[in-house]
Amino acid sequence: MLKTTKFGVATALALVMSTSAAYAETIKIAFIDPLSGPFASTGTNGLHQFEFAAEKMVNEAGGVLDGDMFEIVAFDNKISPKESLIQLQVAIDQGIRYIAQGNSSGVANALTEAIDKHNRRNPDDRVLFLNYAAVDPALTNDKCNFWHFRFDANADIKMDALTDVMAKDESLKKVYIIGQDYSFGKAVAAAAVANLEAKRPDIEIVGNELHPIGKVKDFTPYSRKIVSSGADAVITGNWGADMLGLGKSVIENGFEGPIYTYYAAGSGITGAFGESGKDRIRLIAQGEINPIATEEARQMYIAFKEKYPDGNIDQSRIFNVIGMLAEAINEAGTADDVVAVATALEGMEYESMWGGKLFMRPQDHQLIQDMHVHVHTNEGVEFDYDNSGFGVVTESSVTMAAMDSPTTCNMRRP
Amino acid sequence: MTDQLTTDPAKPAQRMRAGSMSITLMPWIIASLLLLFLPFIFQANSAITIMNQMSITIIFALAYNMLLGQGGMLSFGHAVYMGVGGFACVHIMNMDDFFANIPLPLLPVFGGLFGMGLATIVGAFSTRKAGTVFAMISLGVGELIAACSVIIVAFFGGEEGISGDRTYGMPFFGVEFLQQIEVYYLIAFWVIISAALMYLFSRTPVGRMANAVRDNPERAEFLGYSARWVRFYSFVASGFFAGVAGALFAINYEILTEENLNLVTSGQILLVTFLGGVGFFFGPILGAIVFTLVQTVLSLQTELWAFYAGVLFVATVMFFPGGLAGVLMMHVPAMRLGKAKLLVVPYIKTLLPALIGILGLSALVEMVFHFRHAATGDHEMTLFWTTFDSHTLLPWIVAVVITVAAFWLMRMNMPGMVAAWHQANTVGKDRA
Amino acid sequence: MDLILVNLIDGLVTGLLLFMLSAGLTLIFSMMGVLNFAHASFYMLGAYFAYQISLALGFWMGLLIAPLIVGVLGAGVERYGLRRVHQYGHVPELIFTFGLALLIEELVQFLWGKNQMPYDIPEVLNFTAFAIAGNSIPAYKIFMIFISVGIFIGLLYILTKTRVGMIIQAALSYPRTVEALGHNVPLVFMGVFGVGTALAGVAGVIAGPVLGTFPGMAFVLGSIVFVTIVIGGLGSLWGALVASLLIGWITTFAKSYNVRMEDVLNGIGISTPTNLDDNLFRDFWTITSPQIADILPYILMVLILIFRPYGLLGKRDA
Repeated sequence: MLKTTKFGVATALALVMSTSAAYAETIKIAFIDPLSGPFASTGTNGLHQFEFAAEKMVNEAGGVLDGDMFEIVAFDNKISPKESLIQLQVAIDQGIRYIAQGNSSGVANALTEAIDKHNRRNPDDRVLFLNYAAVDPALTNDKCNFWHFRFDANADIKMDALTDVMAKDESLKKVYIIGQDYSFGKAVAAAAVANLEAKRPDIEIVGNELHPIGKVKDFTPYSRKIVSSGADAVITGNWGADMLGLGKSVIENGFEGPIYTYYAAGSGITGAFGESGKDRIRLIAQGEINPIATEEARQMYIAFKEKYPDGNIDQSRIFNVIGMLAEAINEAGTADDVVAVATALEGMEYESMWGGKLFMRPQDHQLIQDMHVHVHTNEGVEFDYDNSGFGVVTESSVTMAAMDSPTTCNMRRP
Repeated sequence: MTDQLTTDPAKPAQRMRAGSMSITLMPWIIASLLLLFLPFIFQANSAITIMNQMSITIIFALAYNMLLGQGGMLSFGHAVYMGVGGFACVHIMNMDDFFANIPLPLLPVFGGLFGMGLATIVGAFSTRKAGTVFAMISLGVGELIAACSVIIVAFFGGEEGISGDRTYGMPFFGVEFLQQIEVYYLIAFWVIISAALMYLFSRTPVGRMANAVRDNPERAEFLGYSARWVRFYSFVASGFFAGVAGALFAINYEILTEENLNLVTSGQILLVTFLGGVGFFFGPILGAIVFTLVQTVLSLQTELWAFYAGVLFVATVMFFPGGLAGVLMMHVPAMRLGKAKLLVVPYIKTLLPALIGILGLSALVEMVFHFRHAATGDHEMTLFWTTFDSHTLLPWIVAVVITVAAFWLMRMNMPGMVAAWHQANTVGKDRA
Repeated sequence: MDLILVNLIDGLVTGLLLFMLSAGLTLIFSMMGVLNFAHASFYMLGAYFAYQISLALGFWMGLLIAPLIVGVLGAGVERYGLRRVHQYGHVPELIFTFGLALLIEELVQFLWGKNQMPYDIPEVLNFTAFAIAGNSIPAYKIFMIFISVGIFIGLLYILTKTRVGMIIQAALSYPRTVEALGHNVPLVFMGVFGVGTALAGVAGVIAGPVLGTFPGMAFVLGSIVFVTIVIGGLGSLWGALVASLLIGWITTFAKSYNVRMEDVLNGIGISTPTNLDDNLFRDFWTITSPQIADILPYILMVLILIFRPYGLLGKRDA
């Protein structure tokens, strides 16, 4: 199908090119994410959103510069850092200057270092890294570099916004934190502890633990601990099967309070939670889906569902990536000189169709945006996920979350 | 890259069977020349990266075959020796003062020593028995170390792994290893060295005894050899070369992660080795080349690459237990008899339809997949440079007809090929 | 104290589920000497088939039909795959099942896609059976316990009290002699393989709704099943039971109580080093039992293999 999609885009481009600008070029964006294996559904859905965004926002609007078209080239990294580095090299050889990746901070970490080294060693064919979903705070702090731009809020910013909302809930007295045993899970836990301590010192953290990532077959023992700790709320950074397993088990075994999550929507998870998670699962994310922010976004979502009836727009930031990149290329007047494009991206302000203003913070290349706490429900849902009738509805929002948050980034500019 | 198929097959394996100690340098010289000139044919950086990956897999697979093929020990956790060697090397890269004093090409020695160190510890208790006990201990230890890699962050760096910079080493005759091509020659050098050493190891008394212990441990014990120690020495040597492969991985990618230790990687090397053929020294080399191509190049073409790899693998086990190398070596008797040319025409008549049939079958698989999983309205698909609408009947008919016709043709020509095969092997057929 | 009781029940459920998988595997092993790597894949197939059937005919028909399909598939694999590879020896056999496991996973993804399937507990069983100190025990878990205990008793009865069971037991130890007595041993092999995989299928059907039905479900469970039968002793049904329960309880209790490595080491008289943050073993000191709960069985296995290579209740050397 990769071949097919590539060809599909190519034919579309061929048609467009023959009608409009005869000398227009294509600007290729490499999409390096898992398209096979256990995480393929997330990757494939992300790819569809990228292709759709490029098609609708850029190509159908006449392209960038003198009618240059965007083309998304898909590379399957099998969520392996090693494979990602090989595919990065293949992408660079094909003359691609923009690399998009999001699934797994481990891969993002490998890519950002490799790209930094590559750009230092090969000043003639430098590339930019558009990170649309990997949220390890280190990527815009200690490990930041000029070539990396993050379009999602990092784990710390999300927790900051989430605890802002949680702090307003006076009935909340006891919180249980549980996460996967790796860098991201630990970052979530640390941020939760620090934020809750600062904002609501009266909240007691009754549990803070890590479980092995992707290895737990049965979450019952963990749920038992959560229930017997008397917690009013659970915070977790889990994703994928670990999120579903934990959530289902906690609810099944008698936990009554809300579960605050990062990644409990789309990719089959909303469908699998269904009725059992109603009004219980909350998640912190950017972009407003229900109620949808703008009419433009509504049309976009309807068109997307027509093309991919089984798909979800669960990563609306992908549209921001394409929109901001197009604007930066126009501003720089070139797509080949990535330094110029990167400079245009730095400090850019952009109105997102998914609501709110976006600001690419120049100190660390972290996008600052509105954050929303969504609730999993089937009431007031215009656009559901997984065709389940259930979707996420915005409950509360934090505008320009963590605008002034500190960063340890020491950006070296070329 | 596939040219290596023809470099060193026949001769070494013959000697392996005949047990002669004489060494013809020819295959090695050809292999070296090939490695030397390949980058002039495949100049792109990505091609060089893929060749690097291939070379690393070759060393790892050869090291693995020291256990599986030569020693009869089935390991489910061999990735940890490669991984630990690699992790150690990245740590060395990060020790600024120390690393600045050793030239990069020497780094694999350290990787090998670390891999060997771990193998010595584990081998001390795991090689007491062969068979299931050894296999299950290797599985347990592999799983333990892989699980530790996300817990023991100080050494393994957790999920994101640890990274270093190869260019901080002492310049080696002015080369700082900034470019992929420089790394390529470093790795190529080590491939030749390691392969030669592993080959020589299989010629030593210990290597010979490993074969004996594999085939009949009781008899070997009666001859006065300790089966356990023989297994131990093979295991330690294999750990060394796995560590070398790990070091080269560290040099090439400059990062090691949990992926380098886990069971998936361990399982993969088993597949690679078996696919190539465990019975011959050069088998794992073929396996590494084919598997890397499938994984890296085929996966660019189709999402279903893992499915094809699975089919290829199961088919190999079922029909060609000798692996690719076994298939090639089947032809040696015919060649010796000078009758190999008898086979050419029947082969073309049978295998060409078979190939077309297989391609037709895979086309059908791709079409089913596209029909089921493609976006609505996206009816267009491209296969083998033709574009068509997967929701109309015609392409399906064409694909089915071609597939069926090709397989029918193959069946028709099959008896001819079998007859030719017997004819080509009749005189002086000393072994089947 | 209440929590201990709850954990005992949870551990029992986990252990019995594991037993349903390991029972079949251990029979297959003692018969053919092959570690069937694809065993957990049949468990996955059971869950997927049951899901597909439950869409049309409801959960109960799924429970009835899916294991049968899986059993037939298993018998087919033995007849047309394993028997062919058998002549090449044990390693190719093992590798064959290894490849089969990969292939089945790819096949499942091909047919059902990569998302988790919304396969749910039937409405009849979707209530809380009883609660101990606020910890509710779902009725479905009680149902799982009954099913697996029922299967164990049935299996034990067939193997020890019936004629078929006698032939199987004899064929396990002396296939040649049994064959000489006029029994069709290949058929017995095929039958046992089919029944073993069908058992795995049952496990899949009843575990799918609680543990999730997704393409990775076989991989998550895969190697732990081997660990179980190796610990219990290859070929021993009782051993498989004991090891399954042992693993079920060990992992459950390790997850339920936060035992810290630091406390354990302090307890046996090793004091915590000062300035832990710079210490090379800092991560080792901060390990907690839930972190390592799922690798405890592997540690146990390695220890058992070193000190008692034939397992807890096994009679012969592995």
